[in-house]
This record gives sequence, C-alpha cells and structure tokens, in this order.
Amino acid sequence: MFARIVWLVLRKDFTVEVRSLEIAYTTLFFAISCVLVFAFALVQEGRAPEGGAAGILWIAIAFAGTLALGRTFERERQSETLRALLLAPAARPAVYLGKLLGIVALLLAAEILLVPLVTLLFQAPLLEHPAWLAVILVAGTIGFAAVGTLFAAMLVRVRSRDVLLPVLLYPITVPVIIAGVRATAALLEPQPDAGIIRFWLALLACFDVVFVTLALWTFEPLMTD
Amino acid sequence: MPKWFTPAVVICGLMFAVAPILIAEAPYESTMGLVQKIFYVHLPSAWMFLLAAITCGVASVRYLFRGNPRQDRIAWSAAELAVLFGAITLVTGPLWARKAWGTWWQWDVRLTSSLMGWMVAVAYLLLRKYGGPGSDKLAAGLALFGMANVPFVYISVNYWRTIHPTTNVVPTLPTSFGVPLWFSAVTFLLLFVLLLRMRIRLEEQRTRLDALYLAMDEHR
Repeated sequence: MFARIVWLVLRKDFTVEVRSLEIAYTTLFFAISCVLVFAFALVQEGRAPEGGAAGILWIAIAFAGTLALGRTFERERQSETLRALLLAPAARPAVYLGKLLGIVALLLAAEILLVPLVTLLFQAPLLEHPAWLAVILVAGTIGFAAVGTLFAAMLVRVRSRDVLLPVLLYPITVPVIIAGVRATAALLEPQPDAGIIRFWLALLACFDVVFVTLALWTFEPLMTD
Repeated sequence: MPKWFTPAVVICGLMFAVAPILIAEAPYESTMGLVQKIFYVHLPSAWMFLLAAITCGVASVRYLFRGNPRQDRIAWSAAELAVLFGAITLVTGPLWARKAWGTWWQWDVRLTSSLMGWMVAVAYLLLRKYGGPGSDKLAAGLALFGMANVPFVYISVNYWRTIHPTTNVVPTLPTSFGVPLWFSAVTFLLLFVLLLRMRIRLEEQRTRLDALYLAMDEHR
C-alpha cells in the first residue's frame, strides 16, 4: 500500500510534467547557464583554476535544485492541488517520498548534463571514475532533496516563499555541500584516495538516513494545520 | 513580571559594572597580552549562544509535537537571543584570532559550526518575520533540522582541520584567570535569563492583544 502510494504520487508528477516539460527544461537550462557563468568568471586564457570543478558542479546542482523545488510546489499551489493531495486517504510519509523521488530524478537528469559540461569547460577528469562519481552524486542529491522537499512543501502556505526557500535550505544543507565537494575533489586527484572518498560517502549516507527519517517523521505534524 | 525580575535587573547591572574591573585586574597572559582579555567576553557569549540555540531547539520540538503555543513563544525568543549572542561571539572571535592565529577567519570546526548555527538562527527569524501566518510550524521544523545538522557540520569540518583551543582549556585555568571568567559567565547567564523572560512576556502580551482585537471585531 505504502509503496503503491509513493508510485502513484511519482507517476502523477511525472504525467503532469511530461505534458509541458516546463520544470525540466527551465531547470536544465538554468543549471547550464549557471556553469557557463562560472566558466566566464573563472576560466582565463583557456585555463581553469585548479580544484574548482568540484565546487562549481555542486553549486550548480544546489542552485538548480532550489529552482526545481520551488517550481514543483508552486504547481501544486495553483488550484490547491496540494490540499487535495493531503486530503487523500494516503499516508503522509508516502506522499513525501513520492515527491522526493520526483525531485531526485529531475536533479539526476540535470547532473547527467552538468557533469560532461563541467568536464569540458574546466578540464576536470570527472568521468575517469564514473561509478564512484555516480554514487557520490546520488548520495548528495538525496540529502539535498530530502531537506529541500520538506521545506518547499511547508513553504507552500507561507508568504514570500520564493525568497525563503534558499534562505532556509542553504544553511541546513551545508554538510551535504561540504561532503559532496570534498568527495568529488578527492576523486579529481591524480591518485584518488579510496579511504577519503569512503569517509565522505559514509558521512553523506548518514546525513541521508538521518534527514530522510526526520522528514518522514515530521512531515505529518508539519503539514497539518 | 515576576517578583524576582526587578532585583535581578539591579544585580545584573551591578555585575556588569564590576566585571570590567575584575577583567582589568586579571594578570596579562604571557604571549597574548591585552588581547587575551577578549576571551572573558567571547567565551561566556559563546556559551549563551549555545544555551539559546538548545532552548530554541527543545522548545521547537515540544511545540511541534505537543502544539503548546507557549513553547513556540519560548523558541522565538530564544532564537533572537541566539542571534544576539552569536553575533557577539562571531565578532569577538576574529578579533582574538587575528592576534592568536594571525588570521581573522579559519574554516575550522567551531568557527564553521558556530557560523552555520548562527545562520540557521537568522534564517529562523527571517522566516518568522516575513513568513506570515503558518510560518510557526515551519520555523519549528527548521529549528529541529538545525539541531540535527550540528553533528554533521562538526564531523565534516573536524575531518578537514582544527586549530581552535579545545574544551580542556577551561578546567585547567589558574584562579587568577578563572575568577573573572566565571564571574563574567554568570553575568551573561543572568542577562540571558532576564532578556529571555522579558522577550517571552512581550510575545505573551502580543498574543493577548491579538486575541482582544479579534474579540472586539466579533463584538461589532
């Protein structure tokens, strides 16, 4: 039953999105322009600054993620569909999980575009260890989206939600950004140290577990008027 | 206001008058000289910052799961104090660090986690101020996540590097340094309690005023 609700919420979001592809296109375009801005600002005479690629990748993910989160729930706010969703006789945590998976899928799609772009523009050997990179990106994205989905859902009912989402989200997701950037930077070293990467991955995994659990636990009281 | 409030204000004022004398009388630290005296303000305000953050977090969790509006008022008041004492800590810290480490700022565990905690508190206040109706629950959620965040910031930066003095320093202090420090700490604690009590009362009166306005509107 639980898994079915998660699947239904996810499918609903996907169906709505496929009709216009509004969020997907705007998020992807925004992520790309973000990286381009960094390239204009930092790449001088064809040389990228050393060790910048990991940070730029994660900043682009965080910015694009904020945009996507805001838009996803703005859509639910129009014509009050979020209320309808919450009124449905379904477990609240399942609704949250469905939303979270949708955001994670969208961000992973953005990352598939971002990684080659950063590799190209900043001459970073990101694609040399694709399996490690994929694990780091998935773990980081889940952590970021877990907090983001909860906050964006709660902000739907609040004034000036567009400004408040990044204001609330960035201080809380600092550990994800630190761990993601450090792990990616370690991966970009000429001789990647598996121990260091594993440490940051473990931290990311702990963060994911704690924050998804907290979000599942608090989604019900937080979304109840 | 409770009966103890006015005497406590007087005592707190007296203590703040005496504290600078004690601090001035304390011996000069051999390597740092005069700058070391910042420590008598920095450490107590950092403790009060931590206390305010914990108060806010605990009250928020209780509000979220019990729904008692009094806890919400405590959380809001404590968050304001966290921003206040956090600001004092974050200003006095770099002043000390410039002399001790030769640099204003380091991305070290305590500095980073204090800054992040302070930013969460500021975000909390922004949310309360500009969020409008419905932001109280969300603010409580933010405080809860902010609390859960602390160990992660701590571990992630600790693995990076650390140069901040450890907590072992305080118990080993000689009496000549310890007396002004503890005196200063008690003074700050008293100030914290007074400000918190006053701020909660302000919020209580605001709630009562709102209730009266509502009652008046219904009467018409």
